[in-house]
Amino acid sequence: MDSNGFRPEHRFDVELVAVTKRYGGTVAVDGVSLRIPRATYCCLLGPSGCGKTSTLRMIAGHEVISEGDVLIHDVNVTDLPPVQRGTAMMFQSYALFPHLNCLDNVAFSLKARGVPKPERHRRARDYLARVHLQDYAERLPGQLSGGQQQRVALARALITEPRILLLDEPLSALDPFLRGQVREELKRLQRELGITFIHVTHSQDEAMALADLMVIMEAGRIRQAGPPREIFERPADAFVARFIGGHNILRDGAGTIAVRADRCRLGIPEAGPHIRGRVAAVEYQGSSVRVALAVDGGPPLSVVMPDDRFFAGPVQPGEEAALTWSTRDAHALPDPA
Amino acid sequence: MEAVGQATAFTAPARARRRPRLTSEAISWLQVGPLAFILIVFFALPTVLFLVVSFFDYDRTGIYPAFMLDNYREVLTTPATLRIYVSSLKFAFIVWAITLLLGFSIAHFLVFHVRSAAVRTVLFLLCAIPFWTSGIIRTIAWIPFLGRNGAFNQALIDLHLIDQPLEFLLFSPFAVCVTYVHLFTLLMIGPIANSLAKIDPALLEAARDAGASRWRTMVDVVIPLSKTGIALGSILVFTQVMGDFFVVKQMSGGQSASIVSALATEIQAMQYPPAAASAMLLVLFVAIMVAGMMRVVDVRKELVR
Repeated sequence: MDSNGFRPEHRFDVELVAVTKRYGGTVAVDGVSLRIPRATYCCLLGPSGCGKTSTLRMIAGHEVISEGDVLIHDVNVTDLPPVQRGTAMMFQSYALFPHLNCLDNVAFSLKARGVPKPERHRRARDYLARVHLQDYAERLPGQLSGGQQQRVALARALITEPRILLLDEPLSALDPFLRGQVREELKRLQRELGITFIHVTHSQDEAMALADLMVIMEAGRIRQAGPPREIFERPADAFVARFIGGHNILRDGAGTIAVRADRCRLGIPEAGPHIRGRVAAVEYQGSSVRVALAVDGGPPLSVVMPDDRFFAGPVQPGEEAALTWSTRDAHALPDPA
Repeated sequence: MEAVGQATAFTAPARARRRPRLTSEAISWLQVGPLAFILIVFFALPTVLFLVVSFFDYDRTGIYPAFMLDNYREVLTTPATLRIYVSSLKFAFIVWAITLLLGFSIAHFLVFHVRSAAVRTVLFLLCAIPFWTSGIIRTIAWIPFLGRNGAFNQALIDLHLIDQPLEFLLFSPFAVCVTYVHLFTLLMIGPIANSLAKIDPALLEAARDAGASRWRTMVDVVIPLSKTGIALGSILVFTQVMGDFFVVKQMSGGQSASIVSALATEIQAMQYPPAAASAMLLVLFVAIMVAGMMRVVDVRKELVR
């Protein structure tokens, strides 16, 4: 997919080198460094205001970089406009041109590049067909559903054959059913095109499902970057463990530990480590049941267990209970300073 | 049937307890009423009166109820009518072009280039505050500036750029245009700024992301999305220039006549019926032009390129 065949093989599609973004006195992105290998589905994940969108916009060239460098395919693009970076961005609100029909929206970037009308319309029709909207070419964006608008936006971004596709919360405006469908579609597209996608989201599920490389950000810094499984099994700190969910943050003799909620059990404390509390809530989730536990003087804990195990010995809210875990499942976390 | 009866019986006491309310129809009438009253009394009735009078007969001493088309025949056959319409249209076109360019540029600057809301408000006020004074004063204020011995000529002479004062500055079509532009640019800025402010900034980013130059973004995105504002501003400026009386009278030095000044001459001569006829002609003409402009914009909107 590299359009510059003469360039020696690059190792990373995108490299951020100590990238910083300041707005006046506030630092939105604080010296972020990241290497994204070739053809990676990368998710930038974090709570709102963590700097993930600013980072994406700096890669896109829509935000001036205060300090540091951005490299795309080994070329320093820090001061280049978007079109020379070979990136294409899909905006959160899709940003379709309301006065142009779908065909002209998709063909817009070709028009900007001076491609003659018949040629650009032919190619725009191809891309509309790829997102199954060939019958909607003459419609205005306002006449389409949210999901259809999103597909037009996707076609418009892809028609430039970008090296990197940047997606700013692409699924946030969709209803949950459609979200799952589009998620699959995005992953399939990324595999087929063999280019890097950088996808900003605040949803852990979305990032886990999609990412080859998951980057967890907080307060303008990267807390942890790695494959989702690695992050889930070995969260770098208590923030990451809490943010990705599914973990109980506990203390044992040595310090702070994280234990996956599905590895914890309710039961009679034996010799092993345990913590006593009271059942606060029971949530039936189909194949599993989550029991929330309130502990005096501590954060709420939870135990996730298969439904058959729960119903073999059910508990009721208000009952005394103890949460037990095996030291084998304890993952040590650095003590918060 | 029974179920309905029961339901009514059940809700009836609740209704009775409510305070009496105006029906929605009555509320609508109340809302429309004041403006409708003003428009009918101060606009529609006088216009109808003019329409009636325009068919009347007259002589040096008075006007006489009649139904005759002579007034219209006279207005439409006098060569002077065509001349002043052409002259007014020429002014209207020049002033429209200049105010459009100026107004669009200023509005674009205010909406897209001024980042701080406070600075934007201050700049908007700077545009608007001069308009709290009367148009007549703002017109006359140009005379000491543009005159033969005015500030501008004096400055050019002091700078040794010219030896003789420039004569064309005042009491000329040039002076008329300058004054019109000064008076009416705000009428362009307002509607255009309003429609520009409605453009989602993400659209401009999307255009840039697609590789569009500033110029392409302007032509393909900004201008199409602000065309309602442009049309509205154009209508305001056009109607103002076509209906002007004072500026042409003061600034042209008698070299140009406007439609309304010709009409004023007839009124001074107590020739009300022909004056009414030319007023009706002007109203009709401007209405047709405005309808034409609205059509251009709406048709484009419907066709949706």
